[in-house]
Amino acid sequence: MAFSDTLDTSKKATALRNSARRKRSQAQFIRWLLLFAGGIAMIMPIVFMLSTSFKYPFEVYNLNLIPEEPTIENYTYVLEDGRFFGWFTNSLFIATITTICNVLFDSLVGYVLCKYTFPGRYIIFIAILSTLMIPTEMLVIPWYLMSSAFGWLDTYWGIMFPGLMTAFGTFLMKQFFETVPDDFLEAARIDGLNELQIWWTVAMPLVRPALAALAIFVFLGNWTAFIWPLIVTNSQEMYTLPVGLTTFSVEAQVEWELIMTGAAISTIPTLIVFLVFQRYIIRGVVMAGLKG
Amino acid sequence: MTTVSLNNLVKSYGDTQVLHGINLDIQSGEFVVLVGPSGCGKSTTLRMIAGLEEISAGDIRIGGDVVNDMEPKERNIAMVFQNYAIYPHMTVRKNIGFGLRTSKLSKDEKDARIDEVSGILELTDLLDRKPNQLSGGQRQRVAIGRAMVRDPAAFLFDEPLSNLDAQLRTQMRLEIKKLHQRVGNTIIFVTHDQVEAMTMADRIVIMKDGHIQQVGTPFEVFYEPANIFVAQFIGAPSMNMLNGIVKGETIALDNGTSVPVPTTKLNENQKVAVGLRPDALLVQEGEGLFSGEVSVIEPLGTDTLAYVKVGEKEVIAKASGRTPPAIGDTVNLHAAPEAIHLFDAHTGEAIR
Repeated sequence: MAFSDTLDTSKKATALRNSARRKRSQAQFIRWLLLFAGGIAMIMPIVFMLSTSFKYPFEVYNLNLIPEEPTIENYTYVLEDGRFFGWFTNSLFIATITTICNVLFDSLVGYVLCKYTFPGRYIIFIAILSTLMIPTEMLVIPWYLMSSAFGWLDTYWGIMFPGLMTAFGTFLMKQFFETVPDDFLEAARIDGLNELQIWWTVAMPLVRPALAALAIFVFLGNWTAFIWPLIVTNSQEMYTLPVGLTTFSVEAQVEWELIMTGAAISTIPTLIVFLVFQRYIIRGVVMAGLKG
Repeated sequence: MTTVSLNNLVKSYGDTQVLHGINLDIQSGEFVVLVGPSGCGKSTTLRMIAGLEEISAGDIRIGGDVVNDMEPKERNIAMVFQNYAIYPHMTVRKNIGFGLRTSKLSKDEKDARIDEVSGILELTDLLDRKPNQLSGGQRQRVAIGRAMVRDPAAFLFDEPLSNLDAQLRTQMRLEIKKLHQRVGNTIIFVTHDQVEAMTMADRIVIMKDGHIQQVGTPFEVFYEPANIFVAQFIGAPSMNMLNGIVKGETIALDNGTSVPVPTTKLNENQKVAVGLRPDALLVQEGEGLFSGEVSVIEPLGTDTLAYVKVGEKEVIAKASGRTPPAIGDTVNLHAAPEAIHLFDAHTGEAIR
């Protein structure tokens, strides 16, 4: 082959490589652009919430992100309002208890459905799963009748009882327990542990990422729950935070700056929960990736 | 140390019977290996001894006591699993000490036991590590340590070396054997690897389709196989097997050759299978048992395996490692008369 031919071939190869590289960087650029747009769409409501919480009422309907006259008066007002602290405590108590109950009960039921063979196991699992198909709006009437009959209206128990165990959590935990090799449980059985000890000492630590994910879902779900607490509570003392915040919206006007301030404060516990548990979730993803 | 006896042990899953009346007596301090292909029932047998599988019929006795209805923890046995089953969220110390959780020993006594076992298994420097910081061999030692710490009457090993690479497997094989010599406990070891069985066992139990084929020392199962299955399962490469028919003083083989009749227990026209181990069928000069053309050679260092076409059949023979035959060479194959194994062609049982 002549030298000029070799040179031509080399130039063509370089051109092809450059073209491929250009296409790759274009695709990369489009990906980044889409992600950026998605990120903006996700973060804008939070930015507006924070921005509004630092505005005076007259400025609320201006869509400027940075308040012209920033103020912390809304925070002072909300925090000094005794009711807010009560609602916050109610929400924290209810979300914490339901989270603990879900982590315990969902994992216990999921573990039994996954690791034990007994007649009717499949039917029970399907029955639990089928409750996922029923929307909450349809359930509130029987829940209300039940609460009324048992005298649970306007009580913590009344707010909490429908969420102490969830079909989703049971399903999630059952699926995670599938990944725990039976050898671990059998080894513990030979070492003399009883079934409850095996669940608690051996199986539960092995599904910690799933427990963390479940804890986050349940905590957030209960922290932001609105319809059921609104229906089951009558007195302001029993309101949860989302229900309590609506009292800032009265017939004459909606005090958006106060609602946004309350909402901004109410995100703090959810952020803490996420920050505490996210390392388990990330570790879980890493472990799943490394599994041989 | 204890004895373990299996009497007419049967296991069924619904209508499917997977163990068909296993009888086996294991002496105190004996190292017994259950070996066989996948699905032969060896792991099921072990799990029944451990109490992890229910017994459909028959008895299991440990130390003379029937343990059929006892929980695993009441049988005073320890088990090492194929995937180690050491808990990833616990340190080596906690893993080893896990077996003592339900023990009534004081904390100091428990610590002393853990230290003693970790010393024997050379794990002392690793006690504060988590399993993911250990190599495969170290994890295996932790699993053995957890079994040892309870000082059980018998150890059960369920294919514990199959997840290790070849080099580590050889090393661990040796370590387990040394450990047995040191502690002297009864060991029941399950494997599908006949090399593991041969190298470690006092006695080997060869199983197939839920039946015991032969129980014997490594020497016995290698040199005196009870049937064609055992003859071909034990030894690598597998024993050459040629079909033949007794004609006077010789056995006419279906590859067109013949061998002399080595025993008087044969009848005229009896159909037999003639077995010859590759390492007993030697490529040598001079007229031998057969001759044929070399189709493939496998150099192994000291020796070379030669695949020789004799008539329509191919047999494996051993040749010199230094001066191996070339592919296409015609070679003579020699075998000593005592190296010829005979089996009944219909039943597969050995004829001696």
